[in-house]
Amino acid sequence: MPATRIWKRPPFIKSPMLRWGLIVGGTIYLSLALGTMDVNWGRVAAGLPRAERFILSFFPPDFVSRSGDIADGIYESLWMTVVSTVIGIGLSIPVGLGAARNLSPRPVYIFSRGILAVSRTFPEIIIALFAVKIFSFGPFAGIIALSIGSIGFYGKLLAEDIEDMDPVQAEAVKATGSSWFQWLNYAVQPQVMPRMIGLAMYRFDINFRESAVVGIVGAGGIGATLLTSFDRYEFDSSAAILLIIIGIVMAVEYSSGYIRKWVQ
Amino acid sequence: MLRLVKLTKQYKTGDLALKGIDLEIPDGQVMALIGPSGAGKSTLIRCVNRLVEPTSGTVHLNDEELTGLSQGQLRKARRRMGMIFQEYALVERLTVMENVLSGRLGYVSFWRSYFRKFPQSDIDEAFRLLERVGLDDMADKRADELSGGQRQRVGICRALIQNPELLLVDEPTASLDPKTSRQIMRLIRELCRERNLSAIINIHDVLLAQMFAERIVGLQLGEIVYDGAPDGMSPDVLTQIYGEEDWEATIEKVDDEDDEDSADDPATADASTS
Repeated sequence: MPATRIWKRPPFIKSPMLRWGLIVGGTIYLSLALGTMDVNWGRVAAGLPRAERFILSFFPPDFVSRSGDIADGIYESLWMTVVSTVIGIGLSIPVGLGAARNLSPRPVYIFSRGILAVSRTFPEIIIALFAVKIFSFGPFAGIIALSIGSIGFYGKLLAEDIEDMDPVQAEAVKATGSSWFQWLNYAVQPQVMPRMIGLAMYRFDINFRESAVVGIVGAGGIGATLLTSFDRYEFDSSAAILLIIIGIVMAVEYSSGYIRKWVQ
Repeated sequence: MLRLVKLTKQYKTGDLALKGIDLEIPDGQVMALIGPSGAGKSTLIRCVNRLVEPTSGTVHLNDEELTGLSQGQLRKARRRMGMIFQEYALVERLTVMENVLSGRLGYVSFWRSYFRKFPQSDIDEAFRLLERVGLDDMADKRADELSGGQRQRVGICRALIQNPELLLVDEPTASLDPKTSRQIMRLIRELCRERNLSAIINIHDVLLAQMFAERIVGLQLGEIVYDGAPDGMSPDVLTQIYGEEDWEATIEKVDDEDDEDSADDPATADASTS
């Protein structure tokens, strides 16, 4: 009779001290944090009917009385979205190439990663605040903000996609005696293209939504129209604007799914 | 003629992959390089076209010393060396034709290659090669739609359209079934004969090496331990290269020209009639 050998899955954290310390410490912190959250139930109760009135005032959505303003805002937002997506992606391609470790020498890599880190540190709304201060109100400030946001987003994902590419395909094209740009065009681009097209669509979608946000600080677009309607208590017009934004985002969403399948 | 002189490669990790290799390969010779995994076979052929930078020693292709070339000169020199890879290494999302034409990248300008406006002579040659390997009707298929054997044939076309003087072949049959392996090896040998190409073929399969190469070099831990004719392979030699094992079954007197399986293979059938 051979002795029975017991098998248990090895624990993720080896040291029992550390393991139990983390479990107990985490539990204590979480219960304290939840305990500190001071919910004033009286105010919640008082707020509920107000919420009901507020939400009801959105209905029925009024597309008509402010239709001119809404149309201008939407056109401006779409224009800002297109321009900032194109500029942002255009600028993020060199940055992304520089930030791919398997492509670039160390100094270029560090410099490009620096650009990406800085542009990702600030949310679009903060950059828009700066841009409005510098270039004054209007869509130009919004375009600057959205373009910078796009560089951080797209450049980082492009760099990561390039780092994940199959090195053997790249090696094979290099072995033919191709120049660096030919190599980029024949070995790197086909490997990253489908994902990058999908991400461009996704970024277009983000930029459209962000164009509604940056409008609130005066950087143009539908956000300004939305804010005005709120300030005038014209919630039915606000509802109309929100529905149009939802509609456009959904349209982009569906078409991007379709395009992604098509380029795969 | 390819000549390696005291070729040494030490990786950053400190591993000595090649220990002063001296090797000469005359024009038109098909040489198989065998040895266990980690013996330095891949490193050796990659040191020739400097996909891996050798640490010391020199590589000469005819009268040119490859090891001293600048990046620009190296690109020109790489055109003269076709490379065939283990997992085919085709760019999967490009078409068969684009993959074949990528072998001409060293000869055309960036914009020509960018707009896929290759000279008609290149396109003619690409079709001729694809026809030669039986794939001319696949030109517009995407590379990832092909089977393993078909992909390797495209890989061979890509190497040959470079009009090379030397073929560097890295485990061409590693992911192919036994029959396709033989067909691919036969095709490589035939093409080398047609064009008087010399070739270094890294290969795991000792039997295939014996069947299709005229010379076998055994590499072990970065050193050449055997260099001679295929029929010089004995259990002792194999033990020296790979270590102790029962080798009797591995080395058979193989009849080189057993073409019983080539009738249904368009590439080789085509070749035997031409």
